[in-house]
Amino acid sequence: MKNVIVIGGGVAGMESSAQLADMGYQVTLVEKESKLGGHVDQWDFLFPNHRPAREIIDSLKQRLNYKVEVKLGTEVESMQRNNGQYAVKLNSTEVLHADALLLASGFDLFPAQKKEEYGYGIYNHVITAADLEEIFRSGNLRKVVSGNTHRIGIVHCVGSRDEKVGNEYCSKVCCVTGVKQAIRLREALPEYEVFNFYMDLRMFGRYFEDLYREAQEKWGVQFVRGRVSEASEDVKGNVVVKVEDTLAGRPMKISLDLLILLTGFIPSKGTSRLGDLLQLEFGSDRFLKPADEHLLRNHSKLEGVFLAGACTGPRSIAETITDARAAVLEIAAFFRDKVTVHE
Amino acid sequence: MNKFGYTISRDNQIDYDKVDRSMAAFIEKNEPTFRICIQCGSCAASCSAANFTRFSFRKLCLLIRRGLTDDVQKEVSKCMLCGKCRLVCPRGVNTRNIILNVHQALHKTTVYEL
Amino acid sequence: MNFDVFTLPFSVGLVFIISYFLAMCIQWIRNLSATERLLLVKGIFSFKTFTSIKEVVLESLLHRKIFRVNPLLGYMHMSLAFGWFMLIIMGNLEARAYNPIPIHPPYYPIFFRFFEPDTGTFKYSVFYEFLMDFLLLFILSGVSLAYFKRFRSMALGMKRTSKLKSWDKWALAALWMIFPLRLLAESFTSGIYESGGFLTGTLGRFFAEFLPVEYLAYPAWWAYSIALGTFFISLPFSRYMHIPTEIVLIFFRNYGIRSSEKINGFADIEVKSCSRCGICIDVCQMSSSLNQQNTQSVYFLRSVRDRSMTKSLADQCMECGRCSQICPVGIDLNTQRYLARRRVHEEFRSDFSYLPDLQTRKTDVIFFAGCMGHLTPSVIHSMKKVLDHAGIRYWFMDEDGSICCGRPLKLAGKAEEAAQLMKKNRAAILASGGTTFVTSCPICLKTFTEDYDLKQMRLYHHSQYLLKLWFEGKIQLEKQMQKAVYHDPCELGRGLGIYDEPRELIQRMMILKEPENTGENALCCGGSLAHQEMSSVQRRKIAFDAAAKLTIDHPDYLVTACPSCKKTFQQASPVEVKDVAELVYAAIQDRGRKTALKSREIAAAEAN
Repeated sequence: MKNVIVIGGGVAGMESSAQLADMGYQVTLVEKESKLGGHVDQWDFLFPNHRPAREIIDSLKQRLNYKVEVKLGTEVESMQRNNGQYAVKLNSTEVLHADALLLASGFDLFPAQKKEEYGYGIYNHVITAADLEEIFRSGNLRKVVSGNTHRIGIVHCVGSRDEKVGNEYCSKVCCVTGVKQAIRLREALPEYEVFNFYMDLRMFGRYFEDLYREAQEKWGVQFVRGRVSEASEDVKGNVVVKVEDTLAGRPMKISLDLLILLTGFIPSKGTSRLGDLLQLEFGSDRFLKPADEHLLRNHSKLEGVFLAGACTGPRSIAETITDARAAVLEIAAFFRDKVTVHE
Repeated sequence: MNKFGYTISRDNQIDYDKVDRSMAAFIEKNEPTFRICIQCGSCAASCSAANFTRFSFRKLCLLIRRGLTDDVQKEVSKCMLCGKCRLVCPRGVNTRNIILNVHQALHKTTVYEL
Repeated sequence: MNFDVFTLPFSVGLVFIISYFLAMCIQWIRNLSATERLLLVKGIFSFKTFTSIKEVVLESLLHRKIFRVNPLLGYMHMSLAFGWFMLIIMGNLEARAYNPIPIHPPYYPIFFRFFEPDTGTFKYSVFYEFLMDFLLLFILSGVSLAYFKRFRSMALGMKRTSKLKSWDKWALAALWMIFPLRLLAESFTSGIYESGGFLTGTLGRFFAEFLPVEYLAYPAWWAYSIALGTFFISLPFSRYMHIPTEIVLIFFRNYGIRSSEKINGFADIEVKSCSRCGICIDVCQMSSSLNQQNTQSVYFLRSVRDRSMTKSLADQCMECGRCSQICPVGIDLNTQRYLARRRVHEEFRSDFSYLPDLQTRKTDVIFFAGCMGHLTPSVIHSMKKVLDHAGIRYWFMDEDGSICCGRPLKLAGKAEEAAQLMKKNRAAILASGGTTFVTSCPICLKTFTEDYDLKQMRLYHHSQYLLKLWFEGKIQLEKQMQKAVYHDPCELGRGLGIYDEPRELIQRMMILKEPENTGENALCCGGSLAHQEMSSVQRRKIAFDAAAKLTIDHPDYLVTACPSCKKTFQQASPVEVKDVAELVYAAIQDRGRKTALKSREIAAAEAN
C-alpha cells in the first residue's frame, strides 16, 4: 500500500489526509503543535456567513478518525530521498518512509510589532484581527474597550502590499475579514462606530460583496479610503490614528477606543524551513513555488513532493479545501502513473 | 437666466487632449517611482506640513499626472522635505526626489526648456 | 653660464606652473571673507605655521594617512612625493657643492649630469652620486607600483581606481615618463663618460656595450625635459594640481579657515586638493553594497572642478561621512556636497509663510521626538515613561507633530528655506524658558546644535540625557546577561562625535559587543535622508548588508539611537532592534517588578 506523509495539521493538511485515507492510502499527518486545526482553530466565526470556525475544524477532525495516523507535537528534522521513497526523520528520532510527501505547512500571521508606527505591543488598545477573534471567543469584548470615544478602527493591509516590510503581495482574505469583524463588532457593541481604513476593498469571493453591502446598509460601518500612516496614544489611553481620507482629499485624525490590525499572511516558519530542507523553489513573495502556476499548482519541482494550502500563498478556507483536494488527486495520479511505468 | 447658483463649467473637466503632461514626463524620467503610487494617502496622512496647511503629496502627484499643473508651484513650495512620507510609503515611492524634481521642472518651465 | 636649448621645455613649464600657482593663491585669498583673511594674517605669524609645516611633511610628502589605510598605496605616494622632493633638494646641494656660485639657473641641478657629465671627485661626490641614484631608484619603485595599480588595481588592495580625463592622461603620461627618461638620459651620459653612481653608472656601461650611447644621450635629455615641461603645463588642469594645493590647504586649515555654507576660497582649495587616491571609493557602501562606482567623492569633486555637476550626481550621496572620515587630505566632503546641492537646487524657493507661530509652554525640560521619531513610537513611549519615572517635568514639544527641524531641507542644499523653519522652532523653544533640550533624533540634534544658536540651553541626545539621569541617581539600571551590539548612527557619531554616552548606558544594562565597523568607522544603515535618488531596493540591500555585518556574532539585540536607523534595520536585522531608550524603560520595568516581588516576599515572610 502506498504511503503518504502530510506535514501540517491545519485545514489543508486535515482535508487532504482524510481524502487520501478515503482513497485507501496509508497516511501519517505530522503536526508540530499539540493539537490540530492550525490558524482556523483560533478563529471565532468565519466569513461570509458568520459560521462558527469550530464547525469546520470539528468536521475535519471527525473525518480523520481512525483512518489517519496523527502525530502531534512532532516536527520534521530532515528528509532524504532514496529509491523513489522519502525517509523523513522526526524530532522524536523516529524515521518514517513515504512514497509521497504533501507539504501543508501553511502561513504565519505577519508580526504586527514589525509595523511599529501602528503601536502594536506598545499601546494597550492596539490588537490584531487574531487577537480580536480570541476576544470574541472569550466573550470579553466589553473589557477591552474603554468607552471613551465609542469608536473602533480596523486597519487593512498591515504587513501586506507594503514594500517597507518586504511583503508586496495582497493577503487576499483580510479585506473581507475586516468587513466581517466590523459587522461582528457592531453586533456586539451597538453603540460603537466602526471604521474600516482601506486602500482597496477586494471583495473577490462569492457573497463577499453582499457582506460589504450588509456592513454599510444594516450595520452602518464606515469606510475610509486611506492607509493609516501612524498611531499614537493620548493621555486617556485612546489610540489616535492619522490617515488621509483620500476621497475627501483631507488628512484625518481620529481617536479610537480600539484599533484592530488586519495582519496579512507570511510563509510560516515551517514552510520556509521545509522548502530549505528540500531545496524547493520560492516565489518572489517567499511562499513555495509550484512547478507550474497554472497547470501544476500542487506539484513542487521534486518528484513525489506535493503542495497544498497556504504554503503556496494566501488563501481562504474554501480555497484551501479545494486546493487540498486537488493535491490529493495529483498524488493519486502520481501513484497510478508510477505503477504503470513499473509494470 | 437664473442659474440657481450653479454653472456648467468647462474647466471642471480634465480635457486630456489639452492638458500639459510635460511635467509628468519630466518627473517620470528622473524618478521612475513617480509611476507606482497607488493613492493610499499614507504620505499625506503623515505629512508634517499638513498639520498647518492644506497640502497633499498624493494629490499633487495625481494632479501632475493628469496634467493639471496650475497650482503646482504654490503647492509644492509648502513641502518641508522632512522625508516622513518616504518612510511610510508602501510602494517605495521616492517622495523627496519627486519634490526636488518638481522644483527642477518648474524652473525649467520658466526658462522654457521643458 | 651653462645653457642648452633642450632645457627650454622644462623652463617654460616651470615658469608657467609657478605663475599659475601664484595667481591661484591670490584668487583664493581674494575669495576669502574679511574675517577669514584676518585669521590668515594672524595665523602666519603664529605657532600654527610650524604645525602646518610639520603636517605638510607628514601628509604631503610622507603620506602618513594613506599609509595607515593602505601601506602599499602609501608607499607609492610617498616614494613619488618624498623621493622627488629629496631629489630636488639633494640635486641642488650637489650642484652647489660642485659649483659654488651664488645662483644657479633652476634647470642646472635638474640636468646636472648633462652639464657636468664627469664631475671627477669633489667633496662628498661619492656620497652624492650614491644618494642621487638611490633616490631615483626609490622613485622608480613607486612609479612601477603606479603602473601596476593602473592596470591591476586589486593588487594594491583597492577595489577600484579612479577613471581619467584627457588632461589627466597627459599629466599622467608625462609623470610616468619623467623618471624612466631621467634614468635613461643619466645612464647614457654616464655610459659615454664612464661616470655615474651604482645605478646610472652600471646601466650606462651596460648600454654602452651595445647601444650608440653618444647619439642617444642628447635626445634622451630632450625627452626628459619635454616630459617635465608637459607635466608642469598640464598640471593645473589635471588632478596633480592637488600637489601644490594641498600644501595651501594644510596652512589655511591650521589657521582655522573652513569651508562653510557660502562658497569661499577654501572650498575651491579643498576641491583642487583631492589627489584622487580613490580611498573614498572602497569605503563607500554604495560601492561595496550596490557596486555603484560613479558617484563617490572622488568623482563628485572632479565634477565640481570640471563644472559638470548635475542634480543627479550631487544628490547621490548618503552623506554618512565615511569618506570624509578616511580622506587622507581631510576634505570636508559633506560640506562640499552641500555646496554643490545648493547650486543645483537654488532655482526653486519654497515658501513657508503659512506656518503659524508655534504654541509654547513654560518648562525647564523640552523633549523633541522629531518627524521620524513619530514613526518609532516605542522610543517616544519609553522616553515618556522613563521621564515620568525619574520625576522630570517636561514639555513634549512636538507631541502633536511639529515643524520639521530644517535639517532635511539643508541636506537638500536649501539653507535659506531651512532658516524659515528654524526661526519658528527657535522662537517656541526660547519662549518656553527651558534650559534643557532633549531629542531622540540625531538628525534634529545635529541641526539644533549647529544652526539654531541655542546657547542658553544645554542640548542633549536622549542617550546623553538618560545617562545624566542615571548619574544623578534618578533612574537605576541593572546589568543583564544579554548581549547587545551598538550601531553608531551617522549623524550622532561622525556627525556630532557622540560615541561614548550610548555605550556607557548600554554597558550598565547589557554586555556590550563592538562590531567590526564601529565608532568613526561605523556603517550607514542606508536610511539616509541625504541621498535623494536611491531606490528602496538599494536601501534595503545596504541595510541587509550592514545588519548582517553588525549581527555576525549573534547578539541578542541590535541597539541603536536614531529613529531612522531603527526603522531601517527593523526589516533587515536577524535580531531584534532596540533603541537605547527602550532598553532603559525595560530595565526600569524589570526593576519595578523585582522590587514588587521582593516587597511581597517580605510581606509574606512578615505574615509568617
